[in-house]
Amino acid sequence: MSELPQISNPLEFFLFNGRAIGPQLHLILWGLGLLCIDFLIPKDKGRVGAFFAVGGILMASLHLYWLWGQSLASAFYGMITLDAFALFFDMLFLVAAFLAVLMSYRYMEVEEEQGGEYYALILFATSGMMFMAGAVDLVSLFIGLELMSISTYILVGFLKRSKRSNEASMKYFLLGAFSSGVILYGMSLLYGLSGSTNLDEIASRVSGLQDPTLLTLSLFMMMAGLCFKIAAVPFHMWVPDAYEGAPTSITAYMSVAVKAAAFAIFIRIFFVAFSDLREVDTLVLALIAMITITWGNVAAITQQNIKRLLAYSSISHAGFVLMGIVAGTQSGVTAAALYLLAYTFMNLGIWAVVILLRRQDIAGERLEDFDGLFFKHPAIAVLMLVFFLSLAGIPPLAGFIAKYFVFAAVLEVVFAEAGPNTSILVWLAVVAALNVVVSLYYYFRFVVAMFIKKDYLPAPLSFSGGLIVVLVITGILTVLIGIYPQPFIELARAASESLI
Amino acid sequence: MLASYIPILIFIVIALSLPIVGLAVGWLVRPSKPNATKLMPYECGVDPESDSRDRFSVRFYIIAILFVVFDVETIFLFPWAIIYNQLPIFLFIEMVVFLGILIVGYFYVWKKGALEWV
Repeated sequence: MSELPQISNPLEFFLFNGRAIGPQLHLILWGLGLLCIDFLIPKDKGRVGAFFAVGGILMASLHLYWLWGQSLASAFYGMITLDAFALFFDMLFLVAAFLAVLMSYRYMEVEEEQGGEYYALILFATSGMMFMAGAVDLVSLFIGLELMSISTYILVGFLKRSKRSNEASMKYFLLGAFSSGVILYGMSLLYGLSGSTNLDEIASRVSGLQDPTLLTLSLFMMMAGLCFKIAAVPFHMWVPDAYEGAPTSITAYMSVAVKAAAFAIFIRIFFVAFSDLREVDTLVLALIAMITITWGNVAAITQQNIKRLLAYSSISHAGFVLMGIVAGTQSGVTAAALYLLAYTFMNLGIWAVVILLRRQDIAGERLEDFDGLFFKHPAIAVLMLVFFLSLAGIPPLAGFIAKYFVFAAVLEVVFAEAGPNTSILVWLAVVAALNVVVSLYYYFRFVVAMFIKKDYLPAPLSFSGGLIVVLVITGILTVLIGIYPQPFIELARAASESLI
Repeated sequence: MLASYIPILIFIVIALSLPIVGLAVGWLVRPSKPNATKLMPYECGVDPESDSRDRFSVRFYIIAILFVVFDVETIFLFPWAIIYNQLPIFLFIEMVVFLGILIVGYFYVWKKGALEWV
């Protein structure tokens, strides 16, 4: 047993570490405050909670901005790090939470499930993600993961009177808890092998192992659990059901933030703790990425429901992000981080349009609901087209830059013949490139409905100030990352540099 | 290294064999004369009135969950309280933070009316 660190000056300890996890503390305290004042908010003024949550997110962002200028190395005796990688993902989570809250409040009124808990849970989930991004210790990593997961299990089932939502929550909870268990088993093996929970120490202690069998077992267990969280095939079964049943705003939030958080710990674990097993994990991850991209796209072709279609499309996008990890180089991590950033904006934009189509008596999820959108609301239809094109990876939009960097990272390794398994990387690039064409087809089924069919829309769309702000922000950034990607690439590069 | 796990293995074997041996001995020794009263499910001595696989009010679950939350809180408090006078001020503040979060939860539950039965 190691000696507990002696804390000579508690006040100093709390001030220092409190500053280091300030953004998370802000989110948690504002969330708790929201729970306390929730009963004061009248039922019909539920959106007060949303503005309270926005306040918390803005305060956390300010604190994060301040932290960016400081160079605090780590906090809580190496449990949490504050490197550029963690700060990059913190920023991404805060942006996603901000946009998700803004697009929620009108939607939750339409669904008649407005409540302060909803926003408080979004804040708690976001703080969990930020703990995950900063975790360099298995314990803090797992606690962050559970804080995020448990909050999202509840959020998925937030439409209490909808059977679909309850079913989605149940499925997500059972499978999610199981996958957490598998991750935990992998962690326990890792701890048993190294005698430490700190990722850096684990890396240095397992590098001299004679027999890597148990280490490989631990690698595969954690890989399986994390692939579940990022929704990679063959651990994707829960995704269409959970995404379809959840409140649309939560689906949007899950498809970007939860996925990005899982990728953050995925990258950190595989590049720090398992750097010895690079050969094994590239081979397996390359296969998983290939299957994920293909299966996501093929299954999306026949979907008539936009939520299911976007669920499958998000599966295939997870495969593209995995390509960056498979490359295993610094540019690969840069590409993965950039992909997640671009994906946040384009995907949240598209979900915002889906929320717009949800009206009092109309689910607004089927293909037919998009018929003739262009003739009634040309601006919305054009924005939707921009997001679809970006998701498919057409220049000059964010999705193109993201895909370009992922492909470049993989091909760089292939041409340098630097790493092991270069032949499978070639196949990965070919399969992924072919799948881009497939994805264009199913996105364009919706574009055809919007622009060519001439049916009228039966009811006015549910516009709200927040939703318009979301559409403007996501629209601008989807185009901006496409035509002027330099600052975003710099951000992603700084993040990957701090890791490798 | 694996040898140090042998006590655990022995423990598992004993743990598994105890109930098996107990049931086997009981099965060998006892007379088998079942009748209707003996086969009836035991409900605190009262004759069962209906099928026990019934739907319960969701309130039971809320009470159960709240009980677990505050029960776990006590489990954390006990070891802390026992060595309270040897602890530095730091661990006192930590416990105040922990209790503070729980009190917010308690307040929330109270105001939401989860503690009222009807």
